[in-house]
Amino acid sequence: MRRQLEGSVAVAEAVTRCRPEVVSAYPISPQTHIVEGVSDLIRTGELEGCEYLMVESEFAAMSAAIGASAAGARAYTATASQGLLYMVEALYNAAGLGLPIVMTVANRAIGAPINIWNDHSDSMSQRDSGWIQLYAESNQEAVDLHVQAFKLAEEVSLPVMVCMDGFVLTHAYEAVDVPTQAQVDAFLPPFEPRQVLDPEDPVTIGAMVGPEAFTEVRYLMHAKQMQALDVVPEIASEFAAAFGRTSGGLLRSYRSADAETIVVALGSVLGTIEEVVDELREQGVKIGALGVKCFRPYPLDEVRAALSQATRVVVLEKAFAVGVGAIVGQNVRLALSGLPVEFHDVVGGLGGRAITRRSLHRLLAEVLEGRLEPGRLTFLDLDHALVERELRRTRDHRRSGPHAENILRDLGVVAAGSH
Amino acid sequence: MAQQQIKFYQVGSFAVGNRLLDPEQRTVQSRPERSNTLTSGHRACQGCGEALGARYVLDAAMRATGGRLIAANATGCLEVFSTPYPESSWQLPWLHSLFGNAPAVASGIAAALKAKGRTDIRVIGQGGDGGTMDIGFACLSGMFERNDDVLYVCYDNEAYMNTGVQRSSATPPAARTANTKPVGAEPGNPFGQGKSAPLIAMAHEIPYVATATVAELHDLEYKIERAMALRGARYVHVFVPCPLGWGCPSSETIRIARLAKETGIFPVFEAEHGEVVGVSKIRRQVPVQEYLRLQRRYAHLFGDPPRTDVIAQIQTRADRNIRRFGLLDEEAA
Repeated sequence: MRRQLEGSVAVAEAVTRCRPEVVSAYPISPQTHIVEGVSDLIRTGELEGCEYLMVESEFAAMSAAIGASAAGARAYTATASQGLLYMVEALYNAAGLGLPIVMTVANRAIGAPINIWNDHSDSMSQRDSGWIQLYAESNQEAVDLHVQAFKLAEEVSLPVMVCMDGFVLTHAYEAVDVPTQAQVDAFLPPFEPRQVLDPEDPVTIGAMVGPEAFTEVRYLMHAKQMQALDVVPEIASEFAAAFGRTSGGLLRSYRSADAETIVVALGSVLGTIEEVVDELREQGVKIGALGVKCFRPYPLDEVRAALSQATRVVVLEKAFAVGVGAIVGQNVRLALSGLPVEFHDVVGGLGGRAITRRSLHRLLAEVLEGRLEPGRLTFLDLDHALVERELRRTRDHRRSGPHAENILRDLGVVAAGSH
Repeated sequence: MAQQQIKFYQVGSFAVGNRLLDPEQRTVQSRPERSNTLTSGHRACQGCGEALGARYVLDAAMRATGGRLIAANATGCLEVFSTPYPESSWQLPWLHSLFGNAPAVASGIAAALKAKGRTDIRVIGQGGDGGTMDIGFACLSGMFERNDDVLYVCYDNEAYMNTGVQRSSATPPAARTANTKPVGAEPGNPFGQGKSAPLIAMAHEIPYVATATVAELHDLEYKIERAMALRGARYVHVFVPCPLGWGCPSSETIRIARLAKETGIFPVFEAEHGEVVGVSKIRRQVPVQEYLRLQRRYAHLFGDPPRTDVIAQIQTRADRNIRRFGLLDEEAA
């Protein structure tokens, strides 16, 4: 049944219907409404047999999830931004131990400067942590991905991150169909751990491993992620058969069968991109879009197949690797190596800056008219005059002051004298 | 069959050999059915107080729980020497995650057991002083304030031994460590630093806090048994000499642990809900020199000329412990 729900509330309901046995969480915007919702559903008794630990940090949240999962409980947590970074050590540990924890990341920028709004800097920073990463395009998909995530995590015994855009999705009200308890129970079997702390059969988990076998243990992590490339689409098909709608999978192509230009992106911005694709199609432009739903494991062959007929690829991403450039872009280039494709890396939507249809039209016009130099990193809607002014200031004055404050002053946001 | 003559002996203290006791009063360690939770073959140094402490604690806890016990271990000596690939000395379900998260991991295990209705299985978290009092302190405090059903045991050897004897917040004043060397104007670890983890644990008003040393097995085993008889967050802080880090012969571990208590340097007590309910009295008070002199980490205090001023400061600290915890009987004082 479709109801008008806040994204976070819908996700909280979906998570509780997956019957987690331990939830440990620490509040951080914009994740808060999710864990508040889960707490409500446990307190009212709607979810029974679940312990909710209100821990003192994200590091403890992930650590408690590790303990719970190793003790054979289905474990869930949620975080964002600084919180994700604060739990990084435990994040790698959960992956290394192969514990099938599911975590929502309400994607948010990373400081400094501190910023609570949406981009993908947080989850992208953990792309190589060993976690599976799924990106939701809508609240319906966020709900559905959580149901799939528990199944996926427990099947391959790896932790799964469900990434949904902070505020853009978490705080948006949309019509969403949250699967019923009976539907989820039919789809998601009880957790049968591959390793468990059990006094009847004591095992040592987390032993030290030296050069004799470290490579092999790490290889197995990689091998399991590669297995997930098969398991992710299988579970998505099972889900489609059971629930009658398509969610998840590795990739989703939009009007790209005959497209010469394809825009690649992750998450909720795909909605805007698809509208722009429709508008350009009406003008006769052969353009399409490719949504990467599963970024880790990275579906290299599938991306290559999906883009191989294009002559131009534009990767639009909400994060970047400082000092190098694109992150998703680099991965897409890897998939296209050897193909004669004109390639554009575009960074946009940082710290909550809206990626509008107008911005995208302007960008794509530059691309289509050959006015944007290929192979360069482009910052969408960058205020060039503003950064030039600050760069000049740093050249002219040794003690030029903090960038953020200077720029806000230039913009007139901070009412104080200038340097 | 080879015959061995049995000797009754005095051990240099008021302790009594097990063989003089009624079988029911004997220690867990002396029982043929002890679980050897940390079994032989591990790679601890000769005379390691932590290996001894962990075996005492876990065997007592295993007996108290009928073998239904799970351990979460912090990174450190205990973790490293007990699980050299491809071996493990642990005969209980054991999980090592990270250096600073053992209390939170233990909380997660306890939560899982509660959710599954398996509260017959008990949880122990353990680590050294660095893992407990420094890097893991936030997780420890969180576990305490939530009153999670976990016994956390700190094996305190007063420095980061696993990384090569660096100072921790448990390192005592004047002690030499690799980064508080006896050079410069203030040799050794400075006075006026450090903290008491047991007193901070008590400030959480958790059901049980106790201190113990590896020198007094009966007392240590009693405290673990007491802790396992209670529910909620419990903390036991065990004083475990480190021959390598302290610069003492491996044969002196027990003597040094006993002297730490008998000087007043390490007060042995237990507390319930934030209030001290019992102290182990000093039986035969000894001046701190006797404790310090056995350890090369204090060798710079006994040079030429000796640092009698520093020794006096350490004695003042011991005397304060004696007053504060009432460690001497009236007649002995």
